Amino acid sequence: MGGSAGSFQGITKILSKLPKGFPLPIIMCLHRLKHVRNGFVEALSIKSVHQIGEPYDKEPVKKGSIYLAPANYHLSVELGNYFALSTEEMVNNSRPAIDITLGTAAYAYRDKLIGILLSGANRDGGFGMKHIKDKGGLTIVQDPAECMIDTMPKAALAATSIDYVLKVDQIVEFLNELHNQYR
Amino acid sequence: MIQDIDLVDLKRISELVFQKYGYDFRNYAMSSFKRRILRILELQGLTVDALVKKLTDQPTYINEFLDELTVNVTEMFRDPSFWRVMREEIIPGILLNHKQFKIWHAGCSSGEEVLSMTILLKEMGILDDVTLIATDLDPTILDKAKSATFPIKNMELNEKNYIRFIGTSSLKSYYREENGKAIFNTDLFKNVSFRKHDLVMGEIFNKFDLILCRNVMIYFNQALQNEVLKKFHESLFKYGYLAIGSKESLIWCEIANRFIVVNNEEKVYKKIKD
Repeated sequence: MGGSAGSFQGITKILSKLPKGFPLPIIMCLHRLKHVRNGFVEALSIKSVHQIGEPYDKEPVKKGSIYLAPANYHLSVELGNYFALSTEEMVNNSRPAIDITLGTAAYAYRDKLIGILLSGANRDGGFGMKHIKDKGGLTIVQDPAECMIDTMPKAALAATSIDYVLKVDQIVEFLNELHNQYR
Repeated sequence: MIQDIDLVDLKRISELVFQKYGYDFRNYAMSSFKRRILRILELQGLTVDALVKKLTDQPTYINEFLDELTVNVTEMFRDPSFWRVMREEIIPGILLNHKQFKIWHAGCSSGEEVLSMTILLKEMGILDDVTLIATDLDPTILDKAKSATFPIKNMELNEKNYIRFIGTSSLKSYYREENGKAIFNTDLFKNVSFRKHDLVMGEIFNKFDLILCRNVMIYFNQALQNEVLKKFHESLFKYGYLAIGSKESLIWCEIANRFIVVNNEEKVYKKIKD
């Protein structure tokens, strides 16, 4: 999941309504202040029963876990199902950059990946969504009409074909449906 | 992020660089290595074949290649809380037993961390008692580091970090401005020696009381992290300290049990077993 300006409410809603025991790992890359290391995980966790963590470099990706890209690092997924961090140049004026997280996850997980892109004020994430689509994954963007700032989902819509354009409540429904099918 | 490159081509490049030049990138973390190569192809308008040809035919190109391949994005006093822990816990811990000591900055890049350390030591009044060795495999970036010169546009962030570090002076008192550059007083570097050294291929060359290697090993895969950690272990005196990046961890490393965590938030470890 990626998001930037105006995505916080949507993200917390999705996390708070996520069914207990949701089996898929969730990897979030959200634009955040580069020099504030602490507090974001806690803020996201307030309404959620699920535990959220910022992964360490080379930490394995675990079933049923929720991860947030740490401040001032890019977050990649490596072949072999673990995370890697980097302090490379900013991408789309961002570190962490959503394009990097989504792009590397697409490469690692291919058609097993669902990409969700929410509200945001820049174009980061568009290419990442294209990578997901190109590798056979499923793409979802928040309905631009519902977004506080619609630049980000619109960039994804322009970059690739998006499978579902959904409101946050519908994303919640979708994830619940997925959970029921999986059980 | 538009184009892609095969793992086979990445292997071809790293094998060539290893065989011809003796730099071993074969165990670098794949995702960032791939981005670096793609970046070089894009910046220099090359195809994979053209890059391979250039590396084969033009030996002088290797330094430029290294300079682009390695990540040289850093800040002075990055993670100010880390530098406060250095000043208030770690260095006083070393001083309990040694009046004079040695620090190794492994993978020093453009020198921001070395400079931060010398300012910290100067403000503690012990700069003359410390020997610092700063190493990197990239000769271009070492020259930059030695010059202690940075673009003025970087200074806003550096100043902010210094203020959060709560230094006893003002960062401005350590440099002068000239032609859009901040030029630091190189007196700060009088006990620093900059050396070309490759963490992967290089030998152990000295023993230290403190090693800083923050956000360097993140570019290595786990097998290589293990190897490099063994070198750090060997290069530390018993009860010496190792500092890594705030989101790095030793817990997956084979010899993690020869260290204890001294500060978990800032990822400072202490060697407790030979």
